[in-house]
Amino acid sequence: MSPDPATTVRRLTSRARARATGFPWAAPTWPDGVERPAPPRDLGVDYDTDWTRRYPARFVRALVLDNVTRPAMHVLATPTVVGAEILDLVEAPAIFVANHTSHVDTPLLLSVLPVRIRHKTVVAAASDHFFDRRWKAHAWTLLLAAIPIERHKVNRRSADLAAQLLVDGWSLVIYPEGGRSIDGWFQELRGGAAYLAVRTGRPVVPVHLDGTYRILPKGGDRLRRNPTHVSFGSPLRAADGEDARRFGARIETALATLADERRTDWWTARRRAGAGATPSPRGPQASAWRRSWAHGPPPDEDHDNDHWAMSRH
Amino acid sequence: MSPRPGFVLEVDRSTPPTLFWHGERFALERLPTGSRVIYGPEPLAALADPVAAIRHALTHPLGDVDPLPAQLRPGMRLTIAFDDVSLPLPPMRRPDLRQLVIEQVLELAADAGVDDVVLIAALALHRRMTEPELRHALGDRVYDAFAPHDLLWQHDAEDPDNLVHLGLTDHGEDVEINKRAAESDLLVYVNINLVAMDGGHKSVATGLASYRSLRHHHNARTMQHSRSFMDQHQSELHTSNWRMGRLIAASGVKVFQIETTLNTDTFPEQFRFLQRREWEWTLRDRASFVASSNSLRRTPPRLARQLLHGIRAPHRMTSVQAGEVEAVHALTTEHVYAQQRVEVEGQSDILTMGLPYICPYNVNSIMNPILVACLGLGYFFNLYRGKPLVREGGVLILHHPTPNEFNPVHHPSYIDFFEQVLTETTDPVEIGKYEESFATDPWYIHLYRTGHAYHGVHPFYMWYWCAHALEHLGAVIVVGGDREAVRRLGFKRASTLADALEMAEDVVGRDPWLTHLHAPPVMMADVR
Repeated sequence: MSPDPATTVRRLTSRARARATGFPWAAPTWPDGVERPAPPRDLGVDYDTDWTRRYPARFVRALVLDNVTRPAMHVLATPTVVGAEILDLVEAPAIFVANHTSHVDTPLLLSVLPVRIRHKTVVAAASDHFFDRRWKAHAWTLLLAAIPIERHKVNRRSADLAAQLLVDGWSLVIYPEGGRSIDGWFQELRGGAAYLAVRTGRPVVPVHLDGTYRILPKGGDRLRRNPTHVSFGSPLRAADGEDARRFGARIETALATLADERRTDWWTARRRAGAGATPSPRGPQASAWRRSWAHGPPPDEDHDNDHWAMSRH
Repeated sequence: MSPRPGFVLEVDRSTPPTLFWHGERFALERLPTGSRVIYGPEPLAALADPVAAIRHALTHPLGDVDPLPAQLRPGMRLTIAFDDVSLPLPPMRRPDLRQLVIEQVLELAADAGVDDVVLIAALALHRRMTEPELRHALGDRVYDAFAPHDLLWQHDAEDPDNLVHLGLTDHGEDVEINKRAAESDLLVYVNINLVAMDGGHKSVATGLASYRSLRHHHNARTMQHSRSFMDQHQSELHTSNWRMGRLIAASGVKVFQIETTLNTDTFPEQFRFLQRREWEWTLRDRASFVASSNSLRRTPPRLARQLLHGIRAPHRMTSVQAGEVEAVHALTTEHVYAQQRVEVEGQSDILTMGLPYICPYNVNSIMNPILVACLGLGYFFNLYRGKPLVREGGVLILHHPTPNEFNPVHHPSYIDFFEQVLTETTDPVEIGKYEESFATDPWYIHLYRTGHAYHGVHPFYMWYWCAHALEHLGAVIVVGGDREAVRRLGFKRASTLADALEMAEDVVGRDPWLTHLHAPPVMMADVR
């Protein structure tokens, strides 16, 4: 019996997809045992992003952000924004510190920022990932105003650039985890954002992004529509004499509280924070599958699947 | 940036699939984790001004000889011999090194008023070169100046009137070479040293010799005692040629040796991916691979062969030295090793190699099953110093379609060897009893002397070339080979590399350690 046309199409599609995603159709992976050569001097943290803050590039970026990125995010992520009114009180430039689970995080966050901030914001991007090839460096700096940040070690050049831009009036989006989470839970936060805030005296706005992990997780190759929540927390400022380490801990607590708020409500989360009982946003210390399981069912299954609902209680 | 040395990759889960040649095609194969892949050094920088370097070498010779201009005088007999079509591989872009060198020698000869000059292609028992091949090697200017006046010869190892017996070595080996070369006042030999085996005394003692002379070292015993024949200090082939070369010198034949080395820039820009490490392939490399492998797969084999044989390698000269044979060759060998040597630790259970469309004996021709065996078990297996890359009793896996197809013009005796000899035995020692009848067959001799056929005995030599590997290995498996042809060679056939690895486990045991030789470009493994 010959297979039905739908099965044939599915099989052909999956074969084409498998073919299209493997080497040589896709870029080769790098063997673990082989040291990567240093990127050319004008790539990585050495990439010069000045041009992207000039008016022609800003104009193109504004056009794309307002006419392509925002509508696309509206369709793809249908964001529910909580705490946006706080942004009216924020004195720009500010440092937006967010959790990071997906490449969708940046366009989503930029698309919900107020216009006065949105068009004068740079995004800290991993120099080894977004600036390792010339075409990537050009594309990300033009479209997202990305600036290269060395995430594996302290690099004076990238820190100086970010600090200078804050001084020059540019807001900064930074993901203190240093990269996307592989399972949707928080990772350990690094101190770069706190350091910049202490150094420049600019406010830090904690942002919690939820739902983008399901749109495009790390390693994923296909976009899926999924509703998202963007929660802005109250701006934080480093107190006089407060060092970056202690300020960093406050930022982490603020992000954890926003994550708790998403799971409960604002008042419960606040009370738990006050009592020092905020659940860790890093997820259970368990095997990989249990950490994924702990996220619960996808939203569209929430109401249809009683088994899930029962098993979570 | 200076070229990187050779590299041994240990395959891990992040390693992309590895490129294998498969005759006129390519394949990407995923090797088991823990396998190793040997990549040759990157091409060395070429000499900035090769003509000036040649001039310098001719006027500043090595060893106890006078500069070439001082050896040239009016009224002398000058013979210039040169390597034949089997070198280099693939044929290089014009101008060929032989043209560059010979033009400089002729310039000096003309300045010195030398009238009696003959050029000889040192064929040994190889096929005669065609006019386009000679024009490519020598350039039109040289060809047009000599060929019309019958001053461009091709060595004829079966012409009794133009051979001279110089005597016997202390091992009883006949030394019989081209008479014109032997009786000239000066024999200038122009060599291209592609692998460590080439050059030295082998140039004259083999290239200009007769069957009577060649049979002393082109036999199974010599090959079994050459470990490897690419390592001069462990090669019986080398030792025998050196004995003969010294007798030639002692007989009064004055040889001025000119040797050149090439870098391993083997493939033109559109096939650049063939000599790059897979994880460094750029978008352009990947596009070239996809385009070329897909189009070659859809191209009829004959056309694909024609296309690939049209490749002209961008090889460039890395050194040129001239003078006394042994002094010159010592320096040449250093240059060859500098380009090709890769240090490798230990022997593996399995050695894999993808075989390309070309070997020294099928330029502009078909790679028949005997040549497949010779390239894999003769040439590639012997690209080592110290120890073979695979342990004794190990398995060699070749990747080649091994078509049961022969070129009747170039390889007539191969067809009969395949049908009559290999059906009886594949033992290199045992086949020796059939050698004489093929070597003296008048029809093969006629085709060799007047057509473009390899000598009747040549397929035997190809099989002797495999003798060391056949003695050393536990099994040979050919992936994707023609079933009948592979069986005739005495090997096993597998449809896929995975099947071949499973079959190999029957010989070497479970979880074998595998080495893949990522050649060409050619390299030389220094195995400790």
